[in-house]
Amino acid sequence: MAVPKRKMSRSNTRSRRANWKASATTLTACPQCKAPKQPHIACPSCGTYAGRHYGTAERTEYQG
Amino acid sequence: MPTPTKGPRLGGGPAHERLILANLATALFEHDQITTTEAKAKRLRPYAERLITFAKRGDLHARRRVMTVIRDKGVVHRLFTEVAPDMAERPGGYTRITKIAARKGDNAPMAVIELIREPYSPKKATVKEAEAATRRSVKEQQAVEETEVVDAAEAPEEETEVVEAETTEAAPETTEAAPESDETADGGYGPDSAAPLEDGSAPEGFTVKGNAGSMKYHTTESQWYDQTDAEVWFRTAEAAEAAGFVAPGGASKDDDKS
Repeated sequence: MAVPKRKMSRSNTRSRRANWKASATTLTACPQCKAPKQPHIACPSCGTYAGRHYGTAERTEYQG
Repeated sequence: MPTPTKGPRLGGGPAHERLILANLATALFEHDQITTTEAKAKRLRPYAERLITFAKRGDLHARRRVMTVIRDKGVVHRLFTEVAPDMAERPGGYTRITKIAARKGDNAPMAVIELIREPYSPKKATVKEAEAATRRSVKEQQAVEETEVVDAAEAPEEETEVVEAETTEAAPETTEAAPESDETADGGYGPDSAAPLEDGSAPEGFTVKGNAGSMKYHTTESQWYDQTDAEVWFRTAEAAEAAGFVAPGGASKDDDKS
């Protein structure tokens, strides 16, 4: 089995991990309730998309 | 021959995938609307629509073909007697997928897939397109008139006559707007436009944002108002429209406003 020849330094580990970056989600305002929502996705606060209502799309802060 | 599906099977093996799709189709025809992951919804769509095509044919052979997939006789009966008549006029496109927010536990993108059972209205799309095209051409003509008028602002009567001939509704606004033109800086889009101040904020009295890249304007009512960087500000939506800018969101939003 292949094994590492050298211990990986803290510096190398950290410089690798420093490049893990999060990016901000694009948000737009819901035309119905003006709450922020992702584009092309039913609004999580009022559940509407293109004038139709989807009950399963509604999310509260604690429920998924 | 149908194009083979790319990527790995749903579930892990071909048999498991067949079962998943059959069960999803059964649930869809039973409940009209189901919530599942986006990947499954996308795989289910052509599969379910093919079954609906069989149901529209409606003979015993078609029923037996469907029975090989959907093992529940009650659901097959519902598909043939209730769903298929609703789809009789519709030339394909029997289902609709709407994306919803991701699932909490694993952040999987979710979607709602539903049968489209409302009455079919075939001409809608083409009529809308044609209406939008005529409206656009009228606006372009108006914009040309407007630029001519800025050069010769002393002759407002002449301008009103021309605009009135084209659209009766736009005429009163343009006459009101013309006299105010000399007091503020011109933003490059006619008398009622202004370039943004140095910090990017609006000059006083100007509330409508104009996006020169997309040639759309945003009133404070617009859902995109906050996220728009104004390249030019307008006093009113009518002034923006006269300068050739269009309302955001296509024809449907346009209708709400008028």
